Amino acid sequence: MDNLIVKTITRLIVPFIQIYGIFIILHGHISPGGGFSGGAVLGASMILYTLSYGLTAANKKLPHKVTGVFESGGIIWYVLLGLVGIFLGGSFLSNKEVGFFMGKAGDVISGGFIPLITAAIGLKVASTMITLFHTIIEED
Amino acid sequence: MKKALVILVLLGLFVLLTSSVLKMPSLGSIDNPSYNETSVYYIENAIEDTHAPNAIASIITDYRSFDTLGETTVLFTSIAAVLSVLRLNHNSKEKGDKNNG
Repeated sequence: MDNLIVKTITRLIVPFIQIYGIFIILHGHISPGGGFSGGAVLGASMILYTLSYGLTAANKKLPHKVTGVFESGGIIWYVLLGLVGIFLGGSFLSNKEVGFFMGKAGDVISGGFIPLITAAIGLKVASTMITLFHTIIEED
Repeated sequence: MKKALVILVLLGLFVLLTSSVLKMPSLGSIDNPSYNETSVYYIENAIEDTHAPNAIASIITDYRSFDTLGETTVLFTSIAAVLSVLRLNHNSKEKGDKNNG
């Protein structure tokens, strides 16, 4: 799609969409939202970019190798956080019992491993949406 | 004979299902079996246990984080399946073009 209006609006609006997605992911344990919804917003911003600038430009911004790393890295990070619980003497994916930093309820850095897990889920959902979209429209 | 048997079985099933629907608690009633001690525990202890004001986040990433791990694995499996089908098609098409050219 080669449309100046669409391209300009997309260029202006995509950073704000991505900041909002990152905000939802980072505040997943404080306000409504979380990894799945924030990741969906992040993925939607990249899908908007692909729709207005074309697949080659989007592949240059975010190649398949990078999304693949996010894809498998999200799960590995999640499982590693669970294994930390075992190494510190608790059960798999135990949070407060093994002494993750709990902080004060309501702060961004609080709640043990909940923000870390939410970030992993958010990256994973975003990269899944982007990879799925790119792979499907590559066929044409 | 066969048709009569089928109708009999279906009638029995109809009576069974209708009676169970009539036995169901009404939507939003305070006596619902889903409002048991588990939800009360979550509401009362979520902040002390996880220090997260969003009780939903504390449930899905702390109390039931193993379930969320499975959910993320479902995403991974789905994207792996899509890539294995579509990318394979893509590569074989390229290879065929090279052979032709």
